[in-house]
Amino acid sequence: MHKRILPVAGAIGLSVMLAVNPVQAAAPSNMVVMAWQIDELISLDPAEIYEFAPAELAANFYDRVVYYDIASPNEMKGGAAESWTISDDGKTFTFKIRDGVKFHSGNPMTAEDVAWSMQRVVKLDKGPAFILTGFGLSKDNVEQKVRAIDARTVVFETDKAYAPTFVLNCLGSWVSSVLDKKTVMANEKDGDLGSAWLKTHEAGSGPFTLNLLKANEMVMLDAFADYWRGAPKIKRVALRHVPESAPQRLMLEKGDADVARDLGPDDLDVLAKNPDIKIRKIPQGMIYYLGLNQKNANLAKPEVIEALKWLIDYKGIEKNILRETKIPHQTFLPSGFFGALDDTPYTLDIEKAKALLAKAGLPNGFKVTMDVRNTYPTADIAQIIQATWAKAGIQMEIIPGDNKQTLTKYRARQHDIYIGRWAPDYLDPHSNAQGFAWNPDNSDNSSEKLLAWRNAWDIPQFTKMTEAALAEKDPAKRKAIYEDMQRQFLKVSPFVIMFQDVAVLAERKNLQGFEHGPNFDVIYYRNMTK
Amino acid sequence: MAFDIVNGAAATPPRPQGDGRRPRHAVARHGGAVLRVAATLAFTLLGLLAVTFFIGRVVPIDPVLAAVGDRVNAATYERVRVELGLHLPLWEQFLRYIWAALQGEFGESVLTSNPVLDDIRRVFPATLELATVATVIGVVLGVPAGVIAATRRGTWIDHVIRVLGLAGYSVPVFWLGLMGLLVFYARLDWLPGPGRIDLFFEGMVEPVTGVILIDSALAGEWDVFRSAAGHLVLPASILGYFSLAYISRMTRSFMLEQLQQEYITTARIKGLSERAVVWRHALGNAWVPLVTVIALSYGTLLEGSVLTEIVFSWPGLGFYITNSLLNADMNAVLGGTIVVGAVFIGLNLMSDILYRLLDPRAR
Repeated sequence: MHKRILPVAGAIGLSVMLAVNPVQAAAPSNMVVMAWQIDELISLDPAEIYEFAPAELAANFYDRVVYYDIASPNEMKGGAAESWTISDDGKTFTFKIRDGVKFHSGNPMTAEDVAWSMQRVVKLDKGPAFILTGFGLSKDNVEQKVRAIDARTVVFETDKAYAPTFVLNCLGSWVSSVLDKKTVMANEKDGDLGSAWLKTHEAGSGPFTLNLLKANEMVMLDAFADYWRGAPKIKRVALRHVPESAPQRLMLEKGDADVARDLGPDDLDVLAKNPDIKIRKIPQGMIYYLGLNQKNANLAKPEVIEALKWLIDYKGIEKNILRETKIPHQTFLPSGFFGALDDTPYTLDIEKAKALLAKAGLPNGFKVTMDVRNTYPTADIAQIIQATWAKAGIQMEIIPGDNKQTLTKYRARQHDIYIGRWAPDYLDPHSNAQGFAWNPDNSDNSSEKLLAWRNAWDIPQFTKMTEAALAEKDPAKRKAIYEDMQRQFLKVSPFVIMFQDVAVLAERKNLQGFEHGPNFDVIYYRNMTK
Repeated sequence: MAFDIVNGAAATPPRPQGDGRRPRHAVARHGGAVLRVAATLAFTLLGLLAVTFFIGRVVPIDPVLAAVGDRVNAATYERVRVELGLHLPLWEQFLRYIWAALQGEFGESVLTSNPVLDDIRRVFPATLELATVATVIGVVLGVPAGVIAATRRGTWIDHVIRVLGLAGYSVPVFWLGLMGLLVFYARLDWLPGPGRIDLFFEGMVEPVTGVILIDSALAGEWDVFRSAAGHLVLPASILGYFSLAYISRMTRSFMLEQLQQEYITTARIKGLSERAVVWRHALGNAWVPLVTVIALSYGTLLEGSVLTEIVFSWPGLGFYITNSLLNADMNAVLGGTIVVGAVFIGLNLMSDILYRLLDPRAR
């Protein structure tokens, strides 16, 4: 009898498989499904958001005072505000709030909702609050500085005159998301301004409402029929948490997903040959660079700095390691940003580098260390650099560490060379100019410890230019200052900027209108159709 | 063969020690047993807590940075650090950690913003569903396979079963899962893709137990049931295969041990049919150590099989705990650890009880 057990069991298994053979799950035509790694849904509260997926969701749940339009990247468009004026001293912005905007609850949006939402970010003082507190706003003064003066008017006062484009660009980030005050306050607990509730709910007026949120599993958004710019054409967007690349690819190929967002190079290679799939690459803000500590006597020599910029195999690294996920970029403003310069003058040129080293009095190279975070792609890039530098006589020792170790050392200026990455906090060039080219106090106990300081790069001239650009009223002149800064920076800065992130989207051919901007908080679902 | 027997011996629980320690009163015996169990339970849990607590301190992730982001000012950073209790001395943090655990207070997960208990109520049933079906597959196929291999020792069928078992042990689950998806989902179209259920059934059945098969059956939503069952086939088969590999190997070696015993010879001499000898007498005795093996294997699956869960986007406990640990989400790790610890202790108790029922000498 036992002879028959295995075949019988096998037959049972097979028949179970066939019996449950399910209705195949191709996404319906009024619903878009994204396969995406979303395991960081820490909070959906715009006052607290600091991760990619939540910021993207907020862009679809909420209207902002002004918003970034992908079609016209150089100026902010009116969102909750239909128009605005700026006082002559440049310190007071008066926003006219749009009439007839409805929240998802049905409540009408008023100037009070707009002012209160921004006050709330400052009062709660969580992750993104610094974008607003940078304008001199604090818990104590925010109710005077940001206020509704009537049902349709909001005043926003800054502590000094900033470039209007800078103020608007900052207000175009998610910190100006307009919350439905009544709904939020109805869910307040212990004076938390609705903070606990908003972590897993939304109270916006944007094109989509939150239907279902299951951490580590999925998020489902429904179209909001009363959206003031018109209801979205699709009824539903489902973000499905699919942590691995290969299953994402299979789902996309089968039509169970319309977009796959975390595909590895191998899967992208396969999909590139599939006629049903299109692949788009959108440059993102994150840039990868080497920081050369100017406390190191060798690295402080201008010839050495220049030599190292000629000693990176930009093409080889892109082709062999980064493949689809990054593009070469050499200036401090990411491609796609206001004022960005896409010049890439440096290529691998070992002879030129050797000549420069000889000129610096180091014809046989020198010894140096590099602190390297122990993950892909940083560690892989560092190894290639090590091999390339050896050809010019530079003996570079890699000191591997985890993020915390390397970052701690970097922030204490104890490194020789640090290989790292940097992403702007908001869609304005100042974020990166401040990071890379601003160092008001180069002493060890400076209170401003951004990248130029971390590499002990003392730059009164660049610091002045950064501040001038920040205060420049004329957008064209402001742009010119940044371009000039980038040209000089390319030559003299102790930063070897190498690559910029790209978002790689693989989409079904029939999906149109998924708008993906240069930053994680300007990604819109509203115009999607299929 | 030596290899098998060594393994078998290792997995065999210690035999009861004969008559030497028989207590005088049944009450005293049970009371002692309860106390012993309670002490073991408390000690095991304390050990678990200590280990996770210190792992949480050693992982090079700053929980404050994980909560507030990289570039906040020093004041905000400090405030959150105090809020999380990280400014206290280590021993005090540990005491707080134990105290909270004793009260069932796991706090909120940083990553999901939900109370940890709610998260676990959501992820554990997913793992339970998967692990239970996988274990059923492992037992239903693994035990007979082991018995057949043992009775047909050295024949081709023994070799086939042993090679299959060895493969189940050595092929990476990750690869097997991907291949399964590629063949049965992408190419043949027999089975649905990753996830627990098709998207348009999402939210149709109110979670009662959290196990979708049970909930949908209770609600009479048979379409949902079919969808959930379809999604379960592939991951459960793959985990079931691993369970089968282990169980069949163990069954085989237990059976070989039994078949060499004198009582088997006696039974054969008495003229019992080979079927009765093997399936009733030998297997009947082999069940005793097998129960422990099956319980352990079930327990391992209930911890959550991280790789399988990742490949199949299965929102289970293993993935939850791993992700939380990597993000220094200590509340979630604590909660998850307690659940896993409790499951192991519970299964041990259960196998202990079953063991007593199956082995007359232990009654």
